[in-house]
This record gives sequence, structure tokens and C-alpha cells, in this order.
Amino acid sequence: MAQSSPPPPAGEVNPLYRRFSWVVAKEGAIRAVLVACALVSVVTTCTITLILVDHAVISLPRFRDPTLAVQRVQGELKTAEAELESRSAVLDAAKQAAEAQPDDEALRNAFTAADEARFEQRGRVEELKAELVTEEKRVSEGQAFFRQVSPGEFLTGTVWRPEAGEDAQFGILPLLSGTLLVTLIAAIIGLPVGLASAIYLSEYAAPGTRRILKPVLELLAGIPTIVYGYFALNFITPNVLVPLAGWVGLSIEPFNALAGGLVVAIMIMPMVCSLSEDVLRAVPQSLREAGYALGATKFDVSTRIVVPSALSGIMASFLLAISRAIGETMAVAIASGQKATFPVHPLKEIQTMTAFIVAVMKGDADDGRLLRSIYAVALLLFLITLSMNLISQLILKRYREEYQ
Amino acid sequence: MTGGHYERRLAWRHFFGTAFEWSFRLAAWGALLVLIVLLAAVCWEAQGWLSWQFLTSPPHYEPKKAGLWPAISGTLWLIGLATVFTVPLGVGAAIYLEEYSKKGWFSRQIRLNISNLAGIPSVVFGILGYSLFIRMFDWIDRHEFQLSLFGRELSFTLPLGPVVLSGALTLTLLSLPVVIIAAQESLRSVPQSIREAAFALGATKWQTIRHQILPAATPGILTGVILAMSRALGETAPLAVLGVAAYIKDGPSSPFDEFTAIPLQIYMWVDKSDPDFVTHLSAAGIVVLLGVLILMNGAAILIRERFRQKVRW
Repeated sequence: MAQSSPPPPAGEVNPLYRRFSWVVAKEGAIRAVLVACALVSVVTTCTITLILVDHAVISLPRFRDPTLAVQRVQGELKTAEAELESRSAVLDAAKQAAEAQPDDEALRNAFTAADEARFEQRGRVEELKAELVTEEKRVSEGQAFFRQVSPGEFLTGTVWRPEAGEDAQFGILPLLSGTLLVTLIAAIIGLPVGLASAIYLSEYAAPGTRRILKPVLELLAGIPTIVYGYFALNFITPNVLVPLAGWVGLSIEPFNALAGGLVVAIMIMPMVCSLSEDVLRAVPQSLREAGYALGATKFDVSTRIVVPSALSGIMASFLLAISRAIGETMAVAIASGQKATFPVHPLKEIQTMTAFIVAVMKGDADDGRLLRSIYAVALLLFLITLSMNLISQLILKRYREEYQ
Repeated sequence: MTGGHYERRLAWRHFFGTAFEWSFRLAAWGALLVLIVLLAAVCWEAQGWLSWQFLTSPPHYEPKKAGLWPAISGTLWLIGLATVFTVPLGVGAAIYLEEYSKKGWFSRQIRLNISNLAGIPSVVFGILGYSLFIRMFDWIDRHEFQLSLFGRELSFTLPLGPVVLSGALTLTLLSLPVVIIAAQESLRSVPQSIREAAFALGATKWQTIRHQILPAATPGILTGVILAMSRALGETAPLAVLGVAAYIKDGPSSPFDEFTAIPLQIYMWVDKSDPDFVTHLSAAGIVVLLGVLILMNGAAILIRERFRQKVRW
């Protein structure tokens, strides 16, 4: 192309070059925008970490330092107290003068005025002292959570009573064991059922059956969690668990951990099923055929050849499901109640970490220790789910069976 | 070894296999059973409460007069705005990761980060939104601003407070990883030959993406977006953490108005003590929520089919 076009006159740029540099600039700009889009997720993670650490572990410096307010009030208080001293001195002098000449009207009036002035100033000092206490409380309660409550007390305490003001106790164990109880119930039921249906869909089911069941599982996975909460509270507990418990002879509370665990099991089951089914189907047909050639039954092939071959993927799906169960909020908050108990009991009301966060934020929490405590709970939640996700990815990466 | 022993063992193995096959089958069909029972229970409790008046009136302390209109309008605003933010960001990130980034430390970190972000509980995103959009880290004092946009006067405050925009931005951050992962898969499924053909004709990278790859990947991207958005639609926890108002008389008219959303309204009702609210009104709300979800998914399928017919190679 360059050969066919006439050479550009001296001092002028070939229009083709100009166009080319325009294209290069445009491509570069687009690339930069796309990089920025990709970085949004990284920034999000960093911001989450920053916020949680800032409120829970260390207070990062602010533009508006609350200690400045304390210093201001302290300064005002100092001058007010000095003023009070001087007015007291004036009052003493007036008093002596008035006592020396009891008949003098002017001296008596001066004494009354001085008394009033001192009284007024004393009120002002009291006001400033109260303000100082508020500001100091704001500074101390605005401190990061672990500056106010020691991490040891937080991690080993068995009483969670955050709203008791001065007597508040922040022991995470009731919330943590509540979360673990719900997760345990969900895992005991949801994981085997999910795996069983994955085996059925991948090994046994006819294509027609799959066409019906796959959308059903997708629907179950797509139903909002609040609906599951409603279902647990208004159907499972009164219509299933209460008659069952009455039949066995146990007492059950209207809010109980079991109903929450059951619905979380229903929620994680489609997830386990679809993730496990993918890895089961990725197992090559030749392995199955080898099994049949050795005289294995279908059950033997499914459980002793296919499942072990896909074990890493199944484990990863289990971990993801458990992490989802730990992070589940609304269903458990509705079905299992809002009372932090310890030790936990499956048939009694509990509070999970997530339910606590929602319970605090639902009301208007003022900016104190209570509000800080949700950041500490969220930090713990964040660390647990993050480590489970990382482990599941590690398993997937390290133990992935490569079939060619 | 006697033949009888072998026969018995074989029969036992077959019995064992059949028993487990049936239990597997039961597990899978149990999902259908649960779905049917759930929908039936909700519809049963909702019957008689779902009326035109319910759909069009504001919340009320008397169950018979209470309605869902502000929540419906709030949810539509919320999802609309969240989609507007999520689609460019998510698709842009996916294009970068699939088409531009080289395999290296940086892109591996971004990928790892996205899959981790997808696993963070939604309450934590609520806390993020609360600190970032509602309080803005307490870095600025409350200020009111006036904005003239398309001939309309908008007034808003910074920090934002519990307005539609804060909710939408929170939901955007929440659904971004899902959209990115879906869009990545969709871009990956476009055959390499398309790219090579476009490059061979002298197209630049962006021209190739804009005119060849994106149209081919659109059905998959749309499916992912709509799935992510219908998940965001049902999210209650982040909104509850944002401190979104419980009682709103009217739907929002701008992104800077306070709002409430259907799932949050249902939660407020379930949380009350009046049994009419707890069982019936919230069931009616759930029917509306599921209805909106079905509409969205139906629209997704329609759009996807249309696009699929257009793209041929």
C-alpha cells in the first residue's frame, strides 16, 4: 500500500500513519478501560478487607479525627474552670465586703450578682464535663473492636450479650457454634443427597429424565433464600418438625436450628449436584467399560470407579457448598431465630453469625461498640469462607485428573 | 467355593445395587418433590391475599390494606440500575481476561480474586456497601448537592445514605463475579478460527472483538447476566444490612430516593408478630417475587433465541 501511494511532501506526515497512530491510540485506550474493568473486582476485595480490618483490628487514620473534638472540649473546660475560679474569688471578696458592712445596699447587690455569676459558670462547667465524657466515649467506642474487646475474650467467650451497654459481653462461641450447627445439619443431609442425585443423573438417568430434573435443580438453586426462610418457618417447622417431635416425644421451639439446617440443605443440594455431575460426566467412558469388562455391577462401577476418579472435584464442590452454608443469612435468620444460646441445641432457638449482623443492622445501630462488633463477626466469617474457597481451589488445581 | 455361595453373593450384589439405585433415584426426584411442596405451600397461603389492591397500594399496618407497590417499583429500579452498571463492567473484565491478558502472575491473581469474591457471603457485601456508599467511611460531612440532568432537577446528598443508587452499586459488586465468570465462558466458546480469520483480514484486536466475537458470545453473556440479576433480585441480606427503610409510601422517582425492595418487604412482614403478615401477606409477596423472576427468565430465553438466530458462521 505504501508503495502505491505517492511519497508525502517534505514536512507532512503520511495520512496513513496518522490514521494508524489514531488506531493504535484507540486500541490502547480501550485496553486501558478493559483493564480498569478487570481491576474493579480486585479493588472490591481490597476494600472489603480494608473496611473489616479498619473497624475490627486497627483504626486507620481519618480526615476528621474525633480526638480533636476531645481536645477542643478539654481546652474550653480549662478556660471555663479558670473563669469559675476567678468568679469564686470575686464572690468571696464581695461576701467579705457585704459582711463587713451589712447595711450597704450596693454591696449586698454586688454579692448577689457575683453569686449568680458563679452559679451560672458552675452550670457551664458541668455541661462541658458532660460533653467531654460523651466525646471521650465516642473516641473510645469508635476505636477498632479488638482495641475494646481482647481477641482472646472474643474467640473463647461463651456469652454473647452485645446490647447490654457497659455489661456487654462479646464471646463469639454461641454465634460460631450456631453457624456450625446449621452447617453440620445442612452438610449431613445436603451433601449425600446432592452427590446421590449427581450419580443418578450422570450414571443412571435416561436423557429424558435428565431433561426434566436439570431445570428442576436449576429452579431450586434460583429460588431466593428468603423464600426458603419462609418455607422453613411456616411449613417445615409447624407441619413437619412439630408433629415429628411430638411423635418422638421431644419438645421443639417455633424457631429452631433444625428447620434452618434443613432448608440450607435444600439450598446447597442443587449446587453439589450440578458441580459433582459435571466432574462425574468428565470421567472417560473407557474407565466404566473396563469396570464392566471385569464383571462389576453398575453400582460397583458408579461408586468404586467413577466416584473415586472424580473425588477431587466432588470434594471441591462439597467445600464450596459448606462455605455457602456458612455464609447463608436470611433463611437461617428467619427460621432459626435471633437468640444467642450456648451450648446450642438443634431443636432450640439459636443465632448464627450472619443472623446477628442482620439483626444489628436492621435496627438503627448507633456508632458504638455494637456497630464495631459486626465488623469483627464479619471478619471471622470472611476468613472462614475465604479459606474454604482457597482450599477447594487448591484441591481442584492439585488433584485434577487429566483425561485425554 | 460352592456355586451356591457365588449365586448368593451375586444376588446380594444385585440387590445391593438395586437398593442404592433406588435411593439415588429418590434423592434426585426428591428435588422435584421439594419444589412442588414449596410452591404449593406458598400458593396455598397466598390465595385470597393476592389482589390488584395488594399490587398497587403502599404498606399499611392493617394486613387487609397493606400492599407491595413501593417495593415492586423499588425492585425494578434497583435491578435496572444494577444491570446498567454490571453489564459493561462484567463484560469488560471478561473481555480483558479472555482476549487481552497473557498468562502470568497478574491475570492469575485477578482470576483467583474473582472466584474468591464469588464465594464471599452476601452479608459481607452488605457491610461493604454500608461503609462505602452509605457512610463513605465518615470522611465527608453530610452535604446536599443540586444536579440538573436532562432538564430535571436532582438533589442528592453525600454520603449517599440508603438510596436506590447505594443499593444498586452494592448489588453490582455482588453480582459482578458471576457475570464475569459467565461471560468468560461464553467468550471462550467462540471458536479460535473466527479470531484468526478476522486478524488475517487486517482487523485490529478491538474490531475483531466488537464485530465478530461479541456478537457470537452475546447469547451466552445475556444468559449469564440474567441469571446473575435474578440472583441479585432475590438478595435480601445486603439490603437489610444497608439499613434500607422499612416503610416507604411511594416508589422511587430518581436514583437518589429512598426505597424498599420486594424481598426486604417480605422479610419485614415475616418478622412481624401478626400471623396474617407472617403467613399470608409474605406468601403473597413471595408469589410476586417468583413471578418477577419467571418474567425475567422468560425474557432471557426469548432474547437468547433471537440472538442465536442472528448469529451464524
